[in-house]
Amino acid sequence: MKKRRLEFLGASWLFWVGAIAVYAVIQVLFSTNVITDYMKTVIQLGCVMAIVSLGLNLIYGFNGQFSLGQWGFYAIGAYASADITYRYAAKVSIPLDLGFATFDAGKIAIFLVAIAFGALLAGLVAYLFGLPVLKMGGDYFGIATLGFTIVVKVLADNTDTILPFPEMKGARGMVGIPRLTTWFWSFFLLVLCIIILRNILHSSTGRAIVSVRENEIAAKAMGIDTVKYKTLSFVIGGIYAGLAGGIYAHLYAFLHPSLFHFIKSFDPMIIVVFGGLGSITGTVVAAFAWALSLEGLRIILPSGAEAWRYIIYPIGLLLIMLLRPQGLLGGIEWGFLKPIEWPRRKFDTGAPSLETAGQEAG
Amino acid sequence: MFIQHPEGVLINPTLFAQYVVDGIRLGFVYALISLGYTMVYGIVRLINFAHGDVFMVGAFTSFYAIKAMRLHVLPAQLFPSLSPWVAITIGTVLVIILSMVVCMLLAVVIERVAYKPLRNAPRIAALITAIGVSFFLEYFSSLPEVFTSNYIIYEQPFKVVSWKILGVQISNVTIIIILVSILFLLLLRWIVYGTKLGKAMRATSWDKPTARLMGVDVDGVITKTFAIGAALAGAGGVLYAIAYPQLIVFMGIMPGLKAFVAAVLGGIGNLNGAFVGSLIMGQAEMLSAGYILTPMRDAIAFTILIIVLLIRPTGIFGEPEGEKA
Repeated sequence: MKKRRLEFLGASWLFWVGAIAVYAVIQVLFSTNVITDYMKTVIQLGCVMAIVSLGLNLIYGFNGQFSLGQWGFYAIGAYASADITYRYAAKVSIPLDLGFATFDAGKIAIFLVAIAFGALLAGLVAYLFGLPVLKMGGDYFGIATLGFTIVVKVLADNTDTILPFPEMKGARGMVGIPRLTTWFWSFFLLVLCIIILRNILHSSTGRAIVSVRENEIAAKAMGIDTVKYKTLSFVIGGIYAGLAGGIYAHLYAFLHPSLFHFIKSFDPMIIVVFGGLGSITGTVVAAFAWALSLEGLRIILPSGAEAWRYIIYPIGLLLIMLLRPQGLLGGIEWGFLKPIEWPRRKFDTGAPSLETAGQEAG
Repeated sequence: MFIQHPEGVLINPTLFAQYVVDGIRLGFVYALISLGYTMVYGIVRLINFAHGDVFMVGAFTSFYAIKAMRLHVLPAQLFPSLSPWVAITIGTVLVIILSMVVCMLLAVVIERVAYKPLRNAPRIAALITAIGVSFFLEYFSSLPEVFTSNYIIYEQPFKVVSWKILGVQISNVTIIIILVSILFLLLLRWIVYGTKLGKAMRATSWDKPTARLMGVDVDGVITKTFAIGAALAGAGGVLYAIAYPQLIVFMGIMPGLKAFVAAVLGGIGNLNGAFVGSLIMGQAEMLSAGYILTPMRDAIAFTILIIVLLIRPTGIFGEPEGEKA
């Protein structure tokens, strides 16, 4: 079982080759204009949704905490990072010419600092909010986190009156955010998020996190500090959401409080459930499928019938849930993401769990 | 913080009483929606997000009953000998009953199509389906062929009169809402604690497999629970539309969510809890809109929820949760 694999920066060589190949193919399609600028934005939106949903999958899929607060952390990350680049991006400019390419190192640096700050702020809020609230169980935790999302939305509506950020313009929407998200950065950060999540899950920390989902009382009896691991996964999930929010803010260069309406906080939940709870592969695939199909409907439907988008979409939701309640990919993982040494199948008492149901199918 | 009001407003007792009365009105409307939420959750442990949209359908049904069918003046036309006061009361009752029946049928269809096939699936699947149903009802209703996506002005079935009692404006709508809500709560208590159906409902909520073994038609009970809850939401929709006469297809989202929060606040699955929780929500909303800032009303209502859940993790009237299965 313990096969040593060649690894590079925490991921197998094959994974890196695959990621670079995907990046290159899509980049070539962009450069040759096979994919329009509009679809390019949609694909980047897919990356953003994949990152938020990976964070939620850690909280809900792997740790079993039903959280609807992901969208609030996303909003915090988006507004915080947008505010930094709005203030400082115009002041920093270090043009670099490498011969084959030119880019502005100053802008990239400020972008990375901003999204890192947004992510860390979201993580900090997740820690402070999670400390008391994670003690609640099940649905009550879900409702408390939903309340959190709504409070964040109300604050976003009032950034200029209650909070001292007039440049966020409250309910009118924040404009003038520099467009710094490129295809490279959204893809690279997604790959980074996948690798970090996979490596967390494959460590003893990851096994502790999963054990909390499987049976919290038994985990506690085995000496696992369940509160610590619940907080940890909640904070990491919050960081992921904040990071995605930062990428999103610099992708569309426009933030409006209605983007953070609590109804939207179900989007990552839908993606996670579709992809399969506790499946990294499934989450990433479902995030792209979600973004592409919602926008694809916009293209397929004749003009004037866009309203039908949200009639076809719920019917699709219903059909997929009826046909595959365990999600499209269940617990299937591909290649490098595959769980290698989780011994819990040995102790399987035959009780159906989401995870094993999917793995047997794979 | 108190930038909305001139000085001295904090100690104005008349204004305070006015906010309280407005809060009571809102709270009783929430109570009607919240009772349906709490019953459905108590039995199938499903957060029925489509409930708020059933409420919206109730409001729109009454809009058409009044605008197109002129149902509220029908008794006066049929029996001209009736005094106008009695005729309009009967007409309004007919409008409410029509909305309740439409919502009931809608809820039965939703339950059969969307929730029943998922009864044995993971609970999250039913939740996602509920969100799907909610989207469907909203966006299907917003098609120009069905309702409309714009705000429409509601025509009240009777004349709204308000009286000034000690400086506080109290309208007949407020009184009607309070009376109807209390009537429905008593009716519901009678159904749940006084009839065979209620006994079956309580048995189902305790333990579905055992209830089935004891000869309870579990599926039938669940359908009836959905139907009763939807009927209450329909009545709530009509009363809400009369009190706040402006309709839009998305009007069910926020009241629906707040009614659900009220149910959680009181301890979900508990009828009295839903009622008390709704009254608290109504007061929290109106007082925070009045004394702090109107846009903060949602934030404060939810902050109260989070604080209550921190102190009593299963709501005010909730029983402590058992060990996790």
